[in-house]
Amino acid sequence: MNVLILGATSAIAQAVARQFLLSATTPVKFVLVGRNDDKLALIAEDLIGRSATAAHVQVQDLTQLDAMDACISRAWETLGSIDVALIAHGTLPEQREIEKSWELTEQALRENALSHMALMEALALRMEAIKRGTIAVIGSVAGDRGRQSNYIYGAAKGATAIYAQGLRNRLTKSGVHLLTIKPGFVDTPMTESIAKKGLLWASPEQVAQDIVKAVQKKRNVIYTPGFWWLIMTIVKSVPEFIFKKLSM
Amino acid sequence: MKKESWSWGGIPKASHQVVNLRWRTDTINFAGFTASCLPYGLGRSYGDVPINDEGILVRTTALDRVIAFDAETGVLHCEAGISLGDILRVVVPRGWFLPVTPGTQFVTLGGAIANDVHGKNHHCAGTFGCHVLGFELLRSSGEKLWCTPTEHADYFAATIAGLGLTGLILTAKIQLTKIAANKIDVNNQAFNGLDEGLDLFEQHEDTTYTVAWVDCLTRGAQLGRGIFSGGEFSQTESRKNLATKRLAVPLDFPSFSLNKYSVQAFNNLYFANGKRKSGRGVTDYEPFFYPLDKVHAWNRIYGRKGFYQYQCCVPFGEANEGREAIREMLNQISLSGNASFLAVLKVFGDKQSPGMLSFPEKGITLALDFPNWGDKTQRLFDRLDAIVREQNGKNYPAKDACMKAADFQQQYPQWEAFAKFIDPKFSSSFWRRVTQENA
Repeated sequence: MNVLILGATSAIAQAVARQFLLSATTPVKFVLVGRNDDKLALIAEDLIGRSATAAHVQVQDLTQLDAMDACISRAWETLGSIDVALIAHGTLPEQREIEKSWELTEQALRENALSHMALMEALALRMEAIKRGTIAVIGSVAGDRGRQSNYIYGAAKGATAIYAQGLRNRLTKSGVHLLTIKPGFVDTPMTESIAKKGLLWASPEQVAQDIVKAVQKKRNVIYTPGFWWLIMTIVKSVPEFIFKKLSM
Repeated sequence: MKKESWSWGGIPKASHQVVNLRWRTDTINFAGFTASCLPYGLGRSYGDVPINDEGILVRTTALDRVIAFDAETGVLHCEAGISLGDILRVVVPRGWFLPVTPGTQFVTLGGAIANDVHGKNHHCAGTFGCHVLGFELLRSSGEKLWCTPTEHADYFAATIAGLGLTGLILTAKIQLTKIAANKIDVNNQAFNGLDEGLDLFEQHEDTTYTVAWVDCLTRGAQLGRGIFSGGEFSQTESRKNLATKRLAVPLDFPSFSLNKYSVQAFNNLYFANGKRKSGRGVTDYEPFFYPLDKVHAWNRIYGRKGFYQYQCCVPFGEANEGREAIREMLNQISLSGNASFLAVLKVFGDKQSPGMLSFPEKGITLALDFPNWGDKTQRLFDRLDAIVREQNGKNYPAKDACMKAADFQQQYPQWEAFAKFIDPKFSSSFWRRVTQENA
């Protein structure tokens, strides 16, 4: 199995890569894409130690939209073809800070939406041609409904989800699988500055197990952990005239 | 940080500032620390060994990467925050096992070294430290020392069983043990008294894994009855690693739920069940080595007041005084009625650990859990301490929250020599407690 991981240094991505190895029945080869050469090397070493047959490192800034096609092309060449691609990079911008700056807003949208779209498109083109493969993209429960506390991040994640939905519609006839992942609160470096930890918080390992299972079962959209489906169903069903008054 | 309970026993409460270490290549700004620090892994030490009240905990659990694993030789090099369970998931399917393992998989590699943990095979294999080939120790000066039995051998000896005080273990290399299967051929035998139990250990000297559960609420002739369990890795079964389901204890139990009667009932049932199931069988390695791991957060059974663990070892003595000492301890516990349903008996062998402050010594070891009943529990510990003192025995720092400074200094005469290796920026509540007063 050939696996491409975009944003490989993220905590969820590392856990997913390990989970692929634990559940794999065939040898697994990786291409790991990210910005930091040193960190990617540590992860590659780890995956080899955990039984991966290969782990190639590809240094790339994933916000350079023009370079995304070439990035996928290079990974594709390295592996021969790609069975599963996980798009896992992203940032959690500070709403209060970036809402005053179009430059920062644009950057947040590029990091959390446009980049994902460009990668999905580049992967879809190639997978359509061979009529197989899985694209898994990490969105967020924050993309399901805009809230005052993080609507720029939410808008980016929502855009990614809608884009993925449309693309899934297109890919169905070629048999290519597209999975949208909507995690809730996950205890990672990205959320380190948020102090509250409690029952709603999941570990990257829990989330990774859900993701790998969903890839194997060719699911369309998952909430992880699963109880977020219920929470978001309720959140989405609150009428707007009430919702707008809530402080969320 | 809001969290109060940092140790597995939940005592003492403490407050900390936490620094998360994510990459071993990151630089830690020790100079910027305004208080002393202590490495912190999965927090399975029971008492105040993992605690540094009002100080900083450097959390290492994200340093969990494999660096190299040679499936031919069984040499594994990992970052120190990896858990033993994670190591097993990687190595068991390829025919290897930990050389020594404590009763839980939720221990980091660094923690296993720093506490020089032991297991059911101590009489054959010694402690965890006996199988460490080397480790990288980060000092607060920024210096990184690669320590082996021959390179920086003094730091090697101080850091094994060094309770995290000599610096931060970044990576470690260990020698694993070859296995043919992931199953254990187990042989359980009920015994009706302490002597019978200890005789079983003697008879099974050549069995790799031996341990016994003891009912410490019985009296008279039945004092020290229990179930002996011997095991060997099976030669025939597959080595597929089976995932087991976990149960969880979602809340702290109310304190009245554990009392003399409920524990007595549990012990009676457990003994009867063990007696009924006596004999040979085959089991997966997980329930054999880690029976409690199936119940996540089992420490909450003891409620918010927390619990103590008491583990000591006493030498056999020339005229079997060791046996008598253990008998007297069981007697005192039974008389006190302080409930302990996790009483574990084991015989240590004479293999020396390289660690200066290592706990195990040839003799008998007894490990017990006690719910925190305040003064009553302390008075029982005083009586147990007196017996240990008389026999020149030792208490186990990894599980301790109560031992007197004078006892520690008596039991670990190398403590002053060890103190020279403590990193100037590192400290722990335990260390301050046991060294503040002089013997």
